[in-house]
Amino acid sequence: MTTSTPLSPQGGEHHDAVETNENALELKEVEGLSQGRIVLRRFLRHRGAMAGAVVLAIVVVLATTSIGWGPIPGWWKYTPTQLLPVENAGGSPTLSFGDGITIGNHPMGQDNVGHDVFARVMRGTQQSLLVMVVIGLLATTIGIVIGALAGFLRGRLDNLLMRFTDMVITIPTIMIGAILGAWVGGASPITLAIALSLVTWTSMARLVRGEFLSLREREFVDAARVAGASNGRIMFKHMLPNAVGVIIVNTTLLMASAILLETALSYLGFGIVAPDVSLGQLINEYQTAFATRPWLFWWPGLFIVIIALCVNFIGDGLRDAFDPRQRRIPTRRSMARAARREAASTAVRVDVRG
Amino acid sequence: MRLSGSIIRPSSQTSLHTTSAPTATADGPLERVEGAHVTKGHGQPVVTDAPAVGTKTPILEVRGLGVDFFVDGEWLPAAIDMDYDVRPGEVLAIVGESGSGKTQSSMSLLGLLPQNGRAKGSAKLAGRELVGLSHKQLSSVRGKEVAVIFQEPMTALNPVYTVGFQIVETLRTHFDIGPKAARARAVELLRLVDLPQPEKSVDKYPHQLSGGQRQRAMIAQALACDPKLLIADEPTTALDVTVQAEILKLMRDLRTRIDSGIVLITHDMGVVADLADRVIVMRHGRIVEAGSADEIFNRPQHPYTKQLLDAVPHLGATVGDSAVDAGLGTGPATSGTTAVPVSRPVVAAQEPGAVPALEAKGLVIEYPGRGRVPAFRAVDGIDLTIGRGEVVGLVGESGSGKTTVGRAAVGLLPVAGGSMKIGGHEMSGIGSKELRDIRRDVSIVFQDPGSSLNPRLPIGESIGEPLKLRKLANGAELNKRIEDLLDQVHLERGMRNRYPHELSGGQRQRVGIARALALSPKLLIADEPTSALDVSVQARVLDLFQELQREHGFACLFISHDLAVVEILSSRIAVMHKGTIAEQGPRDQILRAPKDDYTRRLLAAVPVPDPAEQKIRREARDRLLEQELARQGVTSTYAGGA
Repeated sequence: MTTSTPLSPQGGEHHDAVETNENALELKEVEGLSQGRIVLRRFLRHRGAMAGAVVLAIVVVLATTSIGWGPIPGWWKYTPTQLLPVENAGGSPTLSFGDGITIGNHPMGQDNVGHDVFARVMRGTQQSLLVMVVIGLLATTIGIVIGALAGFLRGRLDNLLMRFTDMVITIPTIMIGAILGAWVGGASPITLAIALSLVTWTSMARLVRGEFLSLREREFVDAARVAGASNGRIMFKHMLPNAVGVIIVNTTLLMASAILLETALSYLGFGIVAPDVSLGQLINEYQTAFATRPWLFWWPGLFIVIIALCVNFIGDGLRDAFDPRQRRIPTRRSMARAARREAASTAVRVDVRG
Repeated sequence: MRLSGSIIRPSSQTSLHTTSAPTATADGPLERVEGAHVTKGHGQPVVTDAPAVGTKTPILEVRGLGVDFFVDGEWLPAAIDMDYDVRPGEVLAIVGESGSGKTQSSMSLLGLLPQNGRAKGSAKLAGRELVGLSHKQLSSVRGKEVAVIFQEPMTALNPVYTVGFQIVETLRTHFDIGPKAARARAVELLRLVDLPQPEKSVDKYPHQLSGGQRQRAMIAQALACDPKLLIADEPTTALDVTVQAEILKLMRDLRTRIDSGIVLITHDMGVVADLADRVIVMRHGRIVEAGSADEIFNRPQHPYTKQLLDAVPHLGATVGDSAVDAGLGTGPATSGTTAVPVSRPVVAAQEPGAVPALEAKGLVIEYPGRGRVPAFRAVDGIDLTIGRGEVVGLVGESGSGKTTVGRAAVGLLPVAGGSMKIGGHEMSGIGSKELRDIRRDVSIVFQDPGSSLNPRLPIGESIGEPLKLRKLANGAELNKRIEDLLDQVHLERGMRNRYPHELSGGQRQRVGIARALALSPKLLIADEPTSALDVSVQARVLDLFQELQREHGFACLFISHDLAVVEILSSRIAVMHKGTIAEQGPRDQILRAPKDDYTRRLLAAVPVPDPAEQKIRREARDRLLEQELARQGVTSTYAGGA
């Protein structure tokens, strides 16, 4: 029950015991940790999120090192655009689990003109991840600024911004995306990502506004105002860090939906177009081969699913970690084990005394 | 019979007076007389300190009861090895500070522990073991044999159902009873708890009732199945002092009518003195002392009990005990006044030409209306002056507008009419630039230290923020000033890097005070700074506050609902009621010879932590209400109609 260091001598001796014990039980869990450390610890305990983070890290490392990034060469022998002689019949994958794992020259197979599918999937993964990150950052920033202004200043500005948000929401994202995509179509994935960010910030803006509306009623906002803080400082120094949980969680979920949105647009032919590749574009390109060469379809599909799942799991883990009301309910088994241990230790103590 | 009559009668008048419901008493007397007969039949006197109850067989026998919580892979005890008995018609008070395990140990009787909690030991209700019952067995016990009155009636009653529906539901769960009969019984129960117009109230939703009425409705629900044991978990903590007095009266009245044992969980020694027969004092999960109310209050053995009793602010302790007998006393002044350091003579305020720290004339503050909702006038034309270095207490019930005045004084709310001058500067229609300048001289300590500190900022940054924003200090100098401020409020310097959630309530409020003092303000608004704290912590924060006030000599508007706290600190007291100031004047005059009826009612309602004195005060209060009612009866045709 040592929750805090003793008070200074002037504080009085008998005071310490009472004051430190006041909420000892609740503090036991958070003893000596900053808010960030607590969140981290809870996140690390979340099995699903940790698995998601590890798998995502593997995917990122694999995609960037295998075929290289920009001018940096990778360790894989082929590039996405190289035309090679078709090795197996119809270009089927050389990966086999017969006796031991054989990787071969084209583990994910080849298409009919001889592209190495592994290299193309890696390139597609890079592009899709890039789009995901840019959308995540940009849409979050737009959403935060609009939501914070609306929630903090309220009144007419709030009405104006929220009606604008409603307007953006009512138009189907995929349609705006298609139009914007066609405008900037064929351009780099960054341009596509910026275009998509302009339509995906809405949910973030609404969440941040809601959070700010409740935060501005908290007394520490009044306290900051009395201390002489300006509106900008109150908004971004005092209120924003308190809304960070909601923001991070929503950002990860936004990223997961962004990767699916990019896939959908590319599949429809409005996103990234050949000769560049993204995962969605690969599926689009190979959809006709679905019956004859299923590997052309399944490998990019698998990576889309893996990335989207990982990001969603991480988002779930973050949501749980940031929500202090969510207590980990211990399992019956671990509770019983602790009880047995306790019983054993008291028995030992009795023996020693006896 | 005369005795029981005298105790029971005023209660009906209380309800008549406060809720203006003449029909409430229509069937009341009959019921009460019956109740009195029943208790007489048991050979049980109606007065509180009844020795006769001790001879009955206990309905609840608790032996070796312990509650543990599973935290971080180990079982931590919240309550250890508790033994106690509760007999029918007896009130057992469990007293302790927050975290002492008083609530959890009682909730474990009903199996209402959180999922990571467990109970061990034994608790027998009329011979039936409660610890270790299955979920199904427990639900037949809950509500029927053991009922609970919760702290916050607004959250404990379901807002989407009528009060009647909720009582009927309880009844029909446990008894084979038709809907009509159940409803009739619900009306009967509401009448039992003196809810006005029970036939109509039965169809009201919780939000249509006042706080006190809601608590009455909840008590009615708890009584629905004639429980053997009633657990009252801080039943009056969320209520205003005058409403609290009424609920306490109701509970005292009820225990003579129903024959169940009552476990009263509270931290308020005044409530204990008013109601309890026997008292258990808990600390760190253990019972440190148990005994009759008389023993605990008059001959406490354990040092902790003594400390706890000493920490309770006692109304009348400063201006002399005999004087504050329910505001009716006219006794001569005692020497108690001079012993208090804060009651320094107020020189500056009277000096001609000196600018008072705060001067309000006809001050009006409104909360603006929204759409069709009209503006709400929270403060309606008050005059208030605080001289330099003077501490003025502002007391009143919740909703009286006292906090509104405080917030307007620091410019958090605009002045709608009249004038308010802070250090000579007019606050009415002030611009944001001037407001910034004025806030150098006026500061505020908020009520809830948990909410008023930014949870994401280390406390050192919170304290230093006013200095940093005014560019008064920077870098090393700022560090030094922060450390000075921490020293002043007796916090260790090393704590500056901690976050608010790592501190206890008392430490957080010290941080709040340090931040308010950072700019050495001339006027400090203290908005109920101790109401969220435990008594012993409150006592130390008040000591600190007095010490700082002596050192710095700032003027202070001390807002509180607790007259005993205000008495310790202030030299003058203003009493607010419904947005106006009912009475203001020097402390001794307000406490000893109040002129206004409301002030008198307020003073009379405060329970004092001494059973004998509280009994006298209670009777005086009943007399006071009787007098007032009689006076109203003459003038009001309304009361005559009853």
